[in-house]
Amino acid sequence: MADLTIKNLKKSFGDVEILKGINLTIKDHEFVVFVGPSGCGKSTLLRSIAGLEEVTSGHIYLDDREITELAPAKRDLAMVFQSYALYPHMSVRKNMSFALELAKESKETINAKVAEAARILELEPLLERKPKELSGGQRQRVAIGRSIVRQPKVFLFDEPLSNLDAALRVQMRLELARLHHDLKATMIYVTHDQVEAMTLANKVVVLNQGQIEQVGSPMELYHSPANRFVAGFLGMPKMSFLPATVLVCDHQGTRIQLDDGATLTLPVDGTSLRKYSPVTLGVRPENIHVADPAESHFTGRLDIAENLGSDTYCYVKTSTGETLTVRTPGNFTCNFGQQIGLSLELDQCHLFDDQEQALPRLERIAA
Amino acid sequence: METKILDADAIRTMQDTAPTAGGVSKQKARISRLMVSPSVLLLLLWMVVPLSMTIYFSLIRYNLLYPGENEYVGLENFRFFVTDLGFMAGMTNTLLLVGSVLLITVVFGVLISLLINLAFWGQGIVRILLISPFFIMPTVNALVWKNLLLHPVSGVFAAIWQFFGAQPIDWFSELPLFSIIMIVSWQWLPFAILLLMTALQSLDQEQQEAARLDGAGPWALFWHLTRPHLARPIAVVVMIETIFLLSLFAEIFTTTGGGPGYETTNLAYLIYSQALLQFDVGLASAGGLIAVILANIAAFFLVRVVGKSLTDKQ
Ligand SMILES: Nc1ncnc2c1ncn2[C@@H]1O[C@H](COP(=O)(O)OP(=O)(O)OP(=O)(O)O)[C@@H](O)[C@H]1O
Ligand SMILES: [Mg+2]
Repeated sequence: MADLTIKNLKKSFGDVEILKGINLTIKDHEFVVFVGPSGCGKSTLLRSIAGLEEVTSGHIYLDDREITELAPAKRDLAMVFQSYALYPHMSVRKNMSFALELAKESKETINAKVAEAARILELEPLLERKPKELSGGQRQRVAIGRSIVRQPKVFLFDEPLSNLDAALRVQMRLELARLHHDLKATMIYVTHDQVEAMTLANKVVVLNQGQIEQVGSPMELYHSPANRFVAGFLGMPKMSFLPATVLVCDHQGTRIQLDDGATLTLPVDGTSLRKYSPVTLGVRPENIHVADPAESHFTGRLDIAENLGSDTYCYVKTSTGETLTVRTPGNFTCNFGQQIGLSLELDQCHLFDDQEQALPRLERIAA
Repeated sequence: METKILDADAIRTMQDTAPTAGGVSKQKARISRLMVSPSVLLLLLWMVVPLSMTIYFSLIRYNLLYPGENEYVGLENFRFFVTDLGFMAGMTNTLLLVGSVLLITVVFGVLISLLINLAFWGQGIVRILLISPFFIMPTVNALVWKNLLLHPVSGVFAAIWQFFGAQPIDWFSELPLFSIIMIVSWQWLPFAILLLMTALQSLDQEQQEAARLDGAGPWALFWHLTRPHLARPIAVVVMIETIFLLSLFAEIFTTTGGGPGYETTNLAYLIYSQALLQFDVGLASAGGLIAVILANIAAFFLVRVVGKSLTDKQ
C-alpha cells in the first residue's frame, strides 16, 4: 500500500509564497504527473514530499503515517534527479548498493537486490564502471536502479528525461511505463513534456503559480478542462481562443456571437450566464475544418501554414485579428493571404465565462 | 635550485600522464615539439648550469678562508657532510617539520573549510581573516610570533599563562621545534583552506541530497562524498606545501637560528650554516646535492601520487 495524501501544503522562501495550499491524494500504483509552466513550484512540491525542503505549513501522509517532519531517508521514498546525481567516485554497483549498505543489510541481500535491479534495467555489463564512463541513457538507468533497490513505496522523478535526446527519450519513456507496470509502484513524475504527461500518467496534476488548477486523467483534462489555463496549457499546438458575447442561454444550449458577427449555438449549459455577458470560445486545432466559404461558420485569411508531413497546421487570421490554429491533412495546399471558410465542431468547443471557468457541456439532447 | 629540478620533474610526469590524442598526426607532433623546444632548452640550461657548477664545487676543496687550495678531493665533502653531527638532526628535523605541518594544515584545513562552508552571518569577513596570514612575509610572520606572541616575558601567550597563574613557557628554548611547527602551520593553513574551500564550493548539491535520501548522515556524507571530492585538492596542497617546506629557512633564521644545539636545524639551514658560517663552499655544495637528491625522492613519490589522483579521480 502506498497512498500519499497532501493536506493544505504551503511553502514560502522568505516572503515569497511558492506553494499556496496544495491538496492532493495519490492512490496506490498510480502514475501521477505534475505539469505546469516553469517556476510554478513543481520541483518545490516534489522536494517537499521527499523531505528535501521544509514545508511552511500543512501535512503530508504516507498511508496513515504523517511524514511531514520526517527525515528524507525515513520516508520510504526514492527520488531520481534531473542531473541523475550519481556518486562520481563509486562504481555503478556501489551507487546502487549505497543505500542498502547504509541501512546495514546483509551482503547476500544487497547482492541479490543489486543483481535484480541490474537485470531489470539491463545494467549487468556496466556494474563495475564509474558514472563518467556511461552514456546519458545509461546514467539515467543507474539513477533509476539506485531507487529501485530500496524498494520504496513511492518513486519521485524530477524531469528525468530532459537531458536525453529525442530518440532516447522515447525509449526511456517506454521503459518507465514498463517499469511502472512491473514494479506496481506509485510514481510521481515532473515533466515539461506534454507527450510524457499524456502517455505515462494515470493522473495529471496541472499546477500554476503554486496552486493546483485541475487534477484528472489525461483525457479528462484534454477533453474537459476546468478552466482556460488548463485548456491552453495542454495540447500542441495550443487551443485557440476567440472572444464572444452571449445572445441566448437556456437548457437547450448557448447562442453566442463572435466579435466578427458570426453566431454559433453550442451544446453548453449556459444557465449561469447572463445575456450580453462576455465569454471566450475555445477550439482545438483538430476541431476546426476548412470548408466552402458559403457553408462555413466564418471566414479567415490564411497567415502561415506549417507542413509536418502527416498534418499541416494553418494559422488563420479572423477579420477581428484573432489567430486560429487549424489542423488540416498533410496534403492540404493553400496560398498565403487566401480567404478560407472555417467550420467548427460545435460539440467539441469549449466555452469559458468571464472568470475563465469552463461551462459544463450538455449531454446530447437530440441523440 | 631544488625547486627548479622539482619543477622540471613535475612537468615531465604531467606530460607523461596527459592523455595522448589518438588521431594526432606525426606532423603535428613534430611541430609542437619544435614549438616548445626553446622554452624546454631554456629550462634545461637554467637547471644544468647551476647543477653542474654545484657538482663541480662539491668535488673540490673550496673554502673561502683558504683561497687557492682548490684541489680535487673526491667524495670527501660528502663524507664529511653526512658524518657531520648536524646531518642526522637536520634530516629528522626536516622530516618532522614537513610531516607535522602537512598533517596539521590538511586536517585543520579540511575541518575549517567544512565549517566556513556553512552559511552564517559574517562569512565573508571570516574567510578573509582566515586567508590573510598567507599574505604575510615569512620573516615578518616569524618576528610577530617571536616578539608578540611567544616572548616569555612580553608575549601574549605568557600573559595568558600568567593570568591562569601558570609559569610562562620559554617557547624557543623549551619547545623549539614545536614552536617552529606552530609558526609555519599558521602560515600555511590559509593556503590549505583556500584550496579546500573552493573545492567544497564545487561539491554537487544534488548528490548530497540523493545521499540524504539514501539514508546518509553527516558522517556518511563526509566520508563517501566530500572526502573523495577533496582527494585531489588535498593532493595538490600536499605537493605544493612539501616543495616549499623542504626548503624552509626564514622562519628558523629569524627565530631560533637552528638552535638550541641542532634542535631546529633542518637541511636548508644546515647548508646555510656550512657555507656561510664556516665559509666552506665545497661542503655546502655537497650538502646541497644531498638535499636535491632527497627532495627528488620526495618529489618522485609525491608527483606519482598527485599525478595519479589528478588523472584517476574524476
Ligand atoms: N531555494 C530557493 N530560494 C528561493 N526561491 C526558490 C528556491 N527554490 C525555488 N525557488 C523559487 O520557487 C519557484 C518555484 O521553483 P520550482 O523549482 O519549484 O519551479 P518548477 O516548477 O520546478 O520550474 P521548472 O519547470 O523550471 O523546473 C521559483 O520561482 C523559484 O525561483
Ligand atoms: Mg523544476
